[in-house]
Amino acid sequence: MAKKVAFLQGNEAAAQGALYAGCKFFAGYPITPSTEVAEVMSVELPKIGGKFIQMEDEIGAMAALLGGALTGAKALTSTSGPGLSLKQELIGYGCIAEIPCVIYNVMRGGPSTGMPTGPSQSDIMAAKWGTHGDHPAICLVPASVQEVYEETIRAFNLAEKYRTPVMIMPDEIVAHMRERIVFPEPGEIEVIDRTTPSVPPEQYKPYDTSFGDVPPLAAFGSGYKFHVTGLNKLPDGFPTTKAEYVQAEEERQVRKVEGNAADIMKWEEYLCEDAEIIVVAFGSTSRSARFAVDQARKQGIKAGLFRPITFWPFPEARLLELSKQVKAFISPEMNLGMCAGVIKGCIEGNAPILGIFRVDGEPINPDQIIDKMKEVK
Amino acid sequence: MAFDYDKYLRPNKLPHIWCPGCGHGIVMKGLIRAIDTCGLKKEDTAIVSGIGCASRLPGYLDFCTLHTAHGRAAAFATGVKMARPEMNVILVGGDGDGTAIGGNHFIHACRRNINMTYIIMNNKIYGMTGGQFSPATPTGDKASTTVYGNPDPAFDIAKLAIGAGATFVARGTAFHANQIDKLIAEAIQHKGFSVVEILDDCPTTYGRRNKFKSVIEMMNHLKETTVPVKAAEKMSPEQLKGKVLTGVLYKEEKPEYTEEYAKVIQRAQAAK
Amino acid sequence: MSRYELRFSGAGGQGLITAGIIMAKAASIYEGRQAVQSQSYGPEARGGASKSEVIISDTIIDYPKVTKCDALLAMTQEACTKYSEDLKEGGVLLYDSDLVTKLPEGNFKRVGFNIINTAKNDVGREIVANIVALGAMVALTGQVSRENAEKAVLSSVPEAFIELNKKAFNMGFERALEASK
Repeated sequence: MAKKVAFLQGNEAAAQGALYAGCKFFAGYPITPSTEVAEVMSVELPKIGGKFIQMEDEIGAMAALLGGALTGAKALTSTSGPGLSLKQELIGYGCIAEIPCVIYNVMRGGPSTGMPTGPSQSDIMAAKWGTHGDHPAICLVPASVQEVYEETIRAFNLAEKYRTPVMIMPDEIVAHMRERIVFPEPGEIEVIDRTTPSVPPEQYKPYDTSFGDVPPLAAFGSGYKFHVTGLNKLPDGFPTTKAEYVQAEEERQVRKVEGNAADIMKWEEYLCEDAEIIVVAFGSTSRSARFAVDQARKQGIKAGLFRPITFWPFPEARLLELSKQVKAFISPEMNLGMCAGVIKGCIEGNAPILGIFRVDGEPINPDQIIDKMKEVK
Repeated sequence: MAFDYDKYLRPNKLPHIWCPGCGHGIVMKGLIRAIDTCGLKKEDTAIVSGIGCASRLPGYLDFCTLHTAHGRAAAFATGVKMARPEMNVILVGGDGDGTAIGGNHFIHACRRNINMTYIIMNNKIYGMTGGQFSPATPTGDKASTTVYGNPDPAFDIAKLAIGAGATFVARGTAFHANQIDKLIAEAIQHKGFSVVEILDDCPTTYGRRNKFKSVIEMMNHLKETTVPVKAAEKMSPEQLKGKVLTGVLYKEEKPEYTEEYAKVIQRAQAAK
Repeated sequence: MSRYELRFSGAGGQGLITAGIIMAKAASIYEGRQAVQSQSYGPEARGGASKSEVIISDTIIDYPKVTKCDALLAMTQEACTKYSEDLKEGGVLLYDSDLVTKLPEGNFKRVGFNIINTAKNDVGREIVANIVALGAMVALTGQVSRENAEKAVLSSVPEAFIELNKKAFNMGFERALEASK
């Protein structure tokens, strides 16, 4: 039987991907340019007995999301820059209390209200450092409508597997672009559910590391009683200031993600084997970059594309390897050099990084990238 | 036979953090008795709080307890209740947590009329941070950030709840300990969003700055400045001047949010 | 066929994003080619310059935006002035002849007719002006067949408006052919 196809917008694909992953709970607040996700979820969730709630503000949406997720539901919220800033307080809560959930953030121009309808890629550092304190960060950056769909499923899988908030952040172009999407059959893409306790309620501890770095999570209302707090906590969930616990717990929370980076990281290399110039680009910018790489190859320039699909954790080791073969990296991005800074942090000065930084609400076009390649000596 | 509080407490989490003379413990015992009266099962009941002295209460109770971030209790609780309407959801917290930083979540929980009970312990001060004025601190009072007297007018929290759409609003005091459980039990049994404001005392950070010589004086103040709604009906405006009403202040039957959403599900499925 | 780039431009509220979506859907779903639609818009739901871009190709489309425009629809003078700069040599400009009076210089085909008034007076509803324009763009660009484009239109509109849109689409198609003679 032929697979179901549709012509969908990135935001609509995100909602469909969430439903495929088993999302049953959505809490959000309207914000351009992500609102279509909320609109689709408000229509689709009640059909399958799921719940949609529009909260009074972005913080309230993040709070309700965590509350819903604690009852065992796979939970999604959608937002954009200013909303992401507001949600940061409780993203930190989700990290320390280890509550799986997915935050879909469409990157628009910033800071502040910025350019609500214009594209940007300037939230990537906020995805890692936006909330205060040390914490794990997983952030996915899809580049096509099909990939938004599939990466949303993966976002849920990672959230459930590692018991932590996961961010998926298309830029506005990818979020609003429409392309043909081919839907997978049920069961075709793996769907992961969180591990629930195997011990009886009276023995359950929500942060019992004898089960590994990712302790099982019981649901409120499932017969288990336990305590959840945003304070540093003991294995039983109650607050502590004991140095040995605080240190060990914080390290474990980060290790859950960093220690499993190989499982979480995903990237694509296009014509990188013999490349002398590698363009590192993600989201819609990677599409311009691929176009530019193809054009450059026709002109005899040995160019390649390195495209992070997982932005956090960042594929540091691979870029370090590639840095030994290239004359230069090019980092086209719709911000003032955030990704270039991250690349710089992992290539030990082996190659120069030429930036193309746009924050004027216009996409980076292939010609700009080709021109930059020609600057490489 | 004396009431057995222990079966609802987490004994290894005691003693509590509250200062001698603080009324929060009185409220906690009232809440326990109310839960007992209503027959709520521990594993089917979530007790949710924000940040502050009063918000430490859930940690001492043997239920599904959720100690959230400052001001966010009502929004977290809304998520819990929405996702699992069969759970009993009780919120506890203080005046600053609930009506300043959490004010928006509070009024919208009232507006939705979602079936939860919010117990606000109003001691008119931010206790945990050392006695800064809150939205419930009376004008002219002293706090660590209003040493020259508070220029801000105060919220009437019960009126705020009524105005925002809560369908059951009651007020008690830490002095009237034996009424607390009755008010809370009635609030829990009410279908809809119920608010119980308990006028409380903070001898450590409010009392000593505002010329209360002792906890007893603060308790007497709660007694002397309050009048039950029934008694107030027979009193003249002069007699009522400076008095605060206690008891069930407002009660109304209105559609409850999770039941209304169940209808949304029915309509969506019928249209499928 | 190689990469072909279309831009539908005008004012917010004229339905140009929808027109672009239907064109892309016709190519992608009904014609079996590759297509990407994207848009750029201001904060206004009504008024303000708005554009919807469609790339059609037989191979994978990387860059989703217009690089050199093959076909431009301009429904307002503002849009025509703003968006005609990168119109390709040998390309085509379709414009509403009542609203666009200053035409850009350049070596491309210019086809104009009273698109909005055709919708209003001949089809009967101004609201379908975008579908009249779409029909005309289908005729002028030849990127998708008339049949597939019509299928895409009919699958994108509510049941009650099928006849109206069918009429609008076909009238636009015919008027464009007449105007380009």
